[in-house]
Amino acid sequence: MNHRKLALATLGGAALLASTPLMGAPPAAAPIKIGYVYVSPVGDAGWTFQHDQGRKQMEAALQGAVTTKFIENVPEGADAERIIRQLAQDGNQIIFTTSFGYMNQTAKVAAAFPNAIFLHATGYKQGKNLGTYNARFYEGRYLNGVIAGKMTKTNIAGYVGAFPIPEVMQGINAFTRGMKSVNPKAEVRVIWVNSWFDPGKEREAAMTLISQGADMITHHTDSTAAVQAAEEKHKEKGTWAFSYHSDMAKYGPTAQLTGTTHIWGDFYTKVVKEVLDKKWKGTHVWGGFKDGMIKLAPLSPAIPADLKKTILRMEADITAGRLHPFAGPVVDQDGKERVPKGQNMTDADMGAMNYYVQGVASTLPKS
Amino acid sequence: MWLKFEPRAEPSRAMAYLSPLLAVGLMFLCGMILFYILGKNPVEGFRVFFMNPVKDAYGVAELFLKATPLMLCAVGLSMGFKANVWNIGAEGQLLIGALAGGGLALHFEGSPSPFLLPAMILAGALGGMAWAAIPAFLRTRFNANEILTSLMLVYVAELMVSWVVHGPWKDPDGFNFPQTRLFGAEATLPILLEGTRVNAALIFALGALVAGWIFMNRSFMGYQMKVAGQAEHAGRYAGFSAKRSVWIGMLAGGAMAGIAGISEVAGPIGQITEHISPGYGFAAMIVAFVGRLNPIGIFFSSLLMALLYLGGEQAQQYLNLPSSISKVFQGMLLFFLLGSDVFIHFRPRLVRRRK
Repeated sequence: MNHRKLALATLGGAALLASTPLMGAPPAAAPIKIGYVYVSPVGDAGWTFQHDQGRKQMEAALQGAVTTKFIENVPEGADAERIIRQLAQDGNQIIFTTSFGYMNQTAKVAAAFPNAIFLHATGYKQGKNLGTYNARFYEGRYLNGVIAGKMTKTNIAGYVGAFPIPEVMQGINAFTRGMKSVNPKAEVRVIWVNSWFDPGKEREAAMTLISQGADMITHHTDSTAAVQAAEEKHKEKGTWAFSYHSDMAKYGPTAQLTGTTHIWGDFYTKVVKEVLDKKWKGTHVWGGFKDGMIKLAPLSPAIPADLKKTILRMEADITAGRLHPFAGPVVDQDGKERVPKGQNMTDADMGAMNYYVQGVASTLPKS
Repeated sequence: MWLKFEPRAEPSRAMAYLSPLLAVGLMFLCGMILFYILGKNPVEGFRVFFMNPVKDAYGVAELFLKATPLMLCAVGLSMGFKANVWNIGAEGQLLIGALAGGGLALHFEGSPSPFLLPAMILAGALGGMAWAAIPAFLRTRFNANEILTSLMLVYVAELMVSWVVHGPWKDPDGFNFPQTRLFGAEATLPILLEGTRVNAALIFALGALVAGWIFMNRSFMGYQMKVAGQAEHAGRYAGFSAKRSVWIGMLAGGAMAGIAGISEVAGPIGQITEHISPGYGFAAMIVAFVGRLNPIGIFFSSLLMALLYLGGEQAQQYLNLPSSISKVFQGMLLFFLLGSDVFIHFRPRLVRRRK
């Protein structure tokens, strides 16, 4: 250890000692108030449901230190700003706004309330008291794709998408790459329903994909309709499903093989603790398996034992950073090399993904 | 004894004005009963729902901000409704107005011209009118029912908004998210009261109320439209053009909805996204009828409707009620209004049942 490092270590140690009495002190008399803004009603599955599960988990973990409240079904237009401001005005010290469409409103209110901390899910604007967070859902998608590639009989997977924003593109491409990695003949077909939540259209899209020969169905929409459609066709066509957002085994008890489940509770607990301990720094958190922010839904008994083992090993590899769903070469649909061999795609490039990779049979809607 | 409804010889003018007040009173009453059933203190519930939102100047400003697009859409729609022209598509006209005016804002980004904002408002009005002209044309040329065509065009307009924000007008620095760039200060409506979000759109709305009142009550054309609405045959006999009523009714609704749309994107939102309106064009129909299709009535009913939205937010925050509470109140209001309106044409009487 050279002198500089030693000096730093001593300094760090001193800082730790100095802060110890603070950390050891009993929690402040009044619990701090935390507010959540949800884009849809909580319901019993989907994006908002998972955030609410996270809120509950955090509140239970930090019992006595926090109280939480949520406001659901908040439109992403002009109304959001008022609601976020009211939460701040009402003394909420941490405010989570859980949809992309709240970005500018959250930023405006954050500037007006410098003493509160704002955390905006899936956005890209940060500030002194404004952090952002999101999860690497694509890691789970890749593993779903591997299972699909191994178990498909028709070599076709069907994907019901909401809107071609980067997060959805990452999912489709990761699933496709996973599927292709074990099955070169595999192809993925995508139908866009232009809505985050429209059970009727989602079902129709899933049924269309099934009739086109897809025996693996997944979705990036908020309802359980796609999984239910697969369940309905399971006997006749041997259709399997991968759930998204929530574990939807309740809706596809036979057909659901696994899924990519959002887990926000650990993150919420961690970030609120950081705020309580005055250690929070405004930043972007983008966590995956490693951070416990996503999990695979329970693996169905229909998955062969050796495949299960492979999947668990791959999950460990992704967690350890040995496997990256977008490890080069990444070639897009038009044959253009997006990431050369030997490199992993950068977070920035993933964040701006607007193309299909090779293996997706559909083409993107022209803009 | 049973209740009998006797037709009145003449519609009751008193009831026409009392009926909305009766509906509001019944809504309050049933709302408080509802709070009680849900295990909340009804007085406390009333206070949180109807008084909390306007407890300070900021709250009052938010009320006017929320009421502005409702006022604009409702006064435009009421002109058509008076003439039995059923424009159900104000929501779509609002969106196209937002696109037309917002398109100018994006195209002339950073322009120092003082005419940019007025041009955007004008473009908003023209955009809304263009969208309303389609059902008007189909109605006058092919006698296609404007209820259906105007409603269907709402969905087309929604998809157009979706297309531009995912496609040609997408913010190049926005990481592919479906939104345009934020409008510059030159393309944003001025704030009327520092520290609030109330902007010049409120002045447009109040101006529209006045203009609507003058048109319907002081102009010959407005008179013709009223006659056409109340007695179509009489209107035709007098030589009033039914087609012109359709055109004016639809275009007035489209223009106002279009201004509401551009005012939202150039006002509190500040960019075009997929979430411009949480259904103002539809809610405005309730506003128009609760306001008796009368601009003065619409002024108050749009404030009431805005209060129901704001109250619902408060009820979630302080009473732990679900977001649908706003919709329950809106539904009750419309339900009681339709119920009370029976008394305009009918007189209730208790009669003895005869053997």
